[in-house]
Order: sequence, then C-alpha cells, then structure tokens
Amino acid sequence: MADLAIRLRGVVKRYGAITAVDHLDLDVPEGTCVGLLGPNGAGKSTTMRLLTAQAIADEGELEVLGFRLPEESKQARAQCGVVPQLDNLDTTLTVEQNLLVFAHLYRIERSERREAIERALKMSKLVGRRDSRVDKLSGGMRRRLLIARALVHRPRLALLDEPTVGLDPQVRQELWALIDALRSEGTTILMSTHYIEEAQRLADTVLIMSHGSAVAAGAPFELVREHAGHEVLEVYGPPARLAEVEAEAGAAGMRTRRTGTSISILGVDGTNGFTIDGERRPANLEDVFVLLTGEEIA
Amino acid sequence: MATAEARGARLGRLERSALTGVLVREAVNYSSYWKSSTFSSTVEPTIYLLAFGFGFGSIVSRIGGYDYVDFVGTGTVATAVLFSSAFPAMFGTFVKYQFQRTYDAILAAPVDTEELVTAEALWIATRAGVYGCVPMLVAIVFGLDPSWGMLAVPLIGWVAGFGWACFGISIAGYAKSFENFNYVVSAVLTPLFLLAGSFFPLDNFPQWAQVLANLNPLHHCVVLVRHAVFGWDGWKDFARLGALAVFGLLVWRIAIHAMTRKLID
Repeated sequence: MADLAIRLRGVVKRYGAITAVDHLDLDVPEGTCVGLLGPNGAGKSTTMRLLTAQAIADEGELEVLGFRLPEESKQARAQCGVVPQLDNLDTTLTVEQNLLVFAHLYRIERSERREAIERALKMSKLVGRRDSRVDKLSGGMRRRLLIARALVHRPRLALLDEPTVGLDPQVRQELWALIDALRSEGTTILMSTHYIEEAQRLADTVLIMSHGSAVAAGAPFELVREHAGHEVLEVYGPPARLAEVEAEAGAAGMRTRRTGTSISILGVDGTNGFTIDGERRPANLEDVFVLLTGEEIA
Repeated sequence: MATAEARGARLGRLERSALTGVLVREAVNYSSYWKSSTFSSTVEPTIYLLAFGFGFGSIVSRIGGYDYVDFVGTGTVATAVLFSSAFPAMFGTFVKYQFQRTYDAILAAPVDTEELVTAEALWIATRAGVYGCVPMLVAIVFGLDPSWGMLAVPLIGWVAGFGWACFGISIAGYAKSFENFNYVVSAVLTPLFLLAGSFFPLDNFPQWAQVLANLNPLHHCVVLVRHAVFGWDGWKDFARLGALAVFGLLVWRIAIHAMTRKLID
C-alpha cells in the first residue's frame, strides 16, 4: 500500500458548543486526489485548517506527510501548498511580487528562485501579466495566481479549499485543467468542494462529509453504484402527483429523493413491471449525497 | 521538495528563514506604499516640532537647561517613534488579520505565529528607528547642533519602537473590533505621549507623578535621546535602556500570546 500523505484518526474539533469536526477519519494516499464533498458547514474548511495547524484538534491523531500535528506542523507545511477559499493575495503588489514573497516564505534557495517563479507563471498562464497589480486582475486570474503561489515550491501535497467557488463555469473548467495537470505530475491533492461535478471529475476518491463526520468514502463511480444503483427514474409533475409517486415507489421498496420540482426514484436498474412514467438517467454522486446526508447541495 | 529532507530534524523556533520570509513580504509591500508612509511619519512630528517650537518657543526660550527648539526637537523623536510603531502595528495588524487575511496565508507556509509576530515587530522597529530621526534632522535645520551621540538615536528609536510595535500588535490581537482602538489611544497612548517629557519637563510635577513617569517607556526614550544628543548620564542611562529592553521583551511575549489566540483556533 502506498504511503499516506494524510492520516486522520478520530479527529474532533469543537468551537464552544458546536462540534465542527466530529470523530473524522481520513486517509489520503500519496499521489492521489481526494475530494472532501459536503455542504457549507459540514466541517470541510475546519478540516483544512487542522491540516496546517491553524486550528488545533481537541481529540484524535493527525499526520501530514509523516509528521505529527500539531508538534511537527512546520515541517509538514514546508512541503504543502495551500489554496485558501478566500483570496488573500497582496493586492497592491504585482503578480510576480506575490510569487517572489512566497518563494521566500517557502524557503526556495536563491539560485532556484527565479526558475521557480517562471515555472509558476507559466503554469498559471500569467506570464504576460507578471507586472500587473493583483487588483487589476480578473477573478479567474486571481484564483490562478492563488494556486500558482501555493505551488511555487513544488509541494508534495496540495490542499485546495473550494478552489473554484464563486467562479464562472468557463473559468472553473480552466482551473480543473490546471488541477488535473498537477495531479498527473504526481502531486497529492486534498480538495474540498461543494460542487458535485468537481469532485466527480477530479477526485480519485471522495469522502462525503456531513455535520463534521465522514458518511461515506470511495471512488465516485463506486459510491454511485453502491448507494444509488445504475439508473434513476426522474418523475416530474404537480405536488399531488409527486406525493402519489413517492408513496407508490415506497410501497414497492424503492428509495426516493425529492428535488425541487421532481421526485427521483433510485436504483430502478432492470426493475421490470415498474409502471411509473418518467425520465431515466444514470445515477450520480448527487443522488448518493442526498441519500446519505438528507441534505440538498448547492 | 526532496524526500530526504522530509524526515529531517525538527525545525526550531524563531528560524532565520521564516523571519526573512515575513520581512521580505514587508519590504516588497513597502516599495508600494513608502511614499505615503514616509510622508505621514515625517510631516506629523515636524508639525509638532514647528507648532511647539514656535508656539511655546516664543514664550519660553530656555527650558530645563536647553534651548526650547533643542528641547522639543529631541523630545519629538520619541513622538515620531511612537507614531511610526504603535499606530501602524495596531492598524496594520488588524487589517492584515481581519480584512486582507494575510496572516492566514503566511501561517499556511512554514512560519509560526511567534516568528510572524517577531518579524513584524522587527520590521516596524526598524522603520521607527529611521523615522524617529526625522524631527532631530528637522531640528538641526532650525539650529540644533549636530553631535556624535546622535548616531545612537536610531538605535534608541529601534529598541523603543520594538516595544511599541509589540504593544500595538497586542492591542490588535486582543481587540474585537477597530472601535476598540479608540479606548487605547485615548486612555493609554495620549497620556503616555503627553507625559513623556517631550514638550515640557516633568521636573515641576508632583513627586508621585515623576515616579509614575518612570513606568512610561516613552519617557525613557525621550530622556535617552536628549542624553545621546547633549551628553550621557552614566549608569542611569544604562538603566533606562534596560527598562526599554525589558518593556520590549515583555510586550513581545504578550503580543505572541495575543496573536496566537487570535490566529490559531
């Protein structure tokens, strides 16, 4: 078995009466991309902060790149790159100056600094904007710079907290390509997201979080097969009709979930003699998510 | 990067490379705002110097054995040190923590809160040491005689500035909101600033007030600067420098404690 880049066992983090992370176990094997999927408030960002010792766990064991946290966190951080959910670039500095500062903070040798900055500029496609001040960049460029800044020292482990939140679909695609390239270079990635599609596309394994704990983990397609079957029957209609369908499916032992204007009947694969009309579609991670957590996701 | 480094020795506290990283960030940022910062740090004490120098100077020509312009020119060095350390530390720390979230970014890198606070204080202290000399240079233009002892003034400003920087960082660390600073400015900084002996000597104050003045680090800064310029007072000045150093070390630890509470959940 491959070494674990991240290993959490029974991790608990409380803020007063609120338990943000509740006995969480998490394994991230080296060289893989793991997605933490969950709605806002599921404990994803707190988990990210625990991994950089910006939050200290109340209980449990944490290891990052073989270092015990929080005692040896600084060594771990030296080999991690963190992309925060909220942009914290120095906005009055240029693109290149931002990278220069982090080349120092990440202790890149003087002789390698220039090359590291050039590589980061290329990777983020910001070579032409190196002298632009950050406050003159578009949202997508800022996010690319935020990622490049985290990768300037070629970390073994990248922690991405909601890397595409609040961006246009097209910009999101660009960033996915960037993250995918990183993954193919062998960098281990832990990414939190509340976008189902993002997790499905990028993650080798997904950990579904709800109220601070893991409710399921596995490869996206396996999770779908295991929990939602192959196909889903989606029935549209007025509320009264939907209630009827729900009762009928329930009586037939089928699991259902409500969406805004329809009802989804899960696991209809090869169910013969099932008479309800509707649209058949492949089951997806969202079905799994709603089924397991009882929560809708944005 | 290299796997061999991965299991290397445990990194120490207050590492040079961590301090350097934070200092580089400040220096690079400074290149984008040095004009406004130099302007305010220069103009403010100069206005005090001119206002008091000419205002009071027209009524009193000599005070405490000095020409009034000389007295005020050396006294406002401490004012300049305070203004370029405590205030930027308070507001800058709060802005970087609350609005720019800069500290979140830095602490995700191999930098601990202790190193972050120390580097920030070192940077502000250095600026305060330099900007603190401005009133003295202006006073030279208005007739203060240059002396060799003046070379010690940036160092005195640095030591005092380090303490006031840590003081400002502590306040920012404990403050819940920007508005909290009003209490500190009104109740702490303004009295300390007026009762430091910058603008008038404290000799005529009641005995208890003079004893209390010895608890005011700014007062020691004022006296040390005057003695550096006009002549040292032996062991007493050493004691004053020691008092400034103790003040600095004490608030340094407090600042680290305050910011750890704020930055690490």
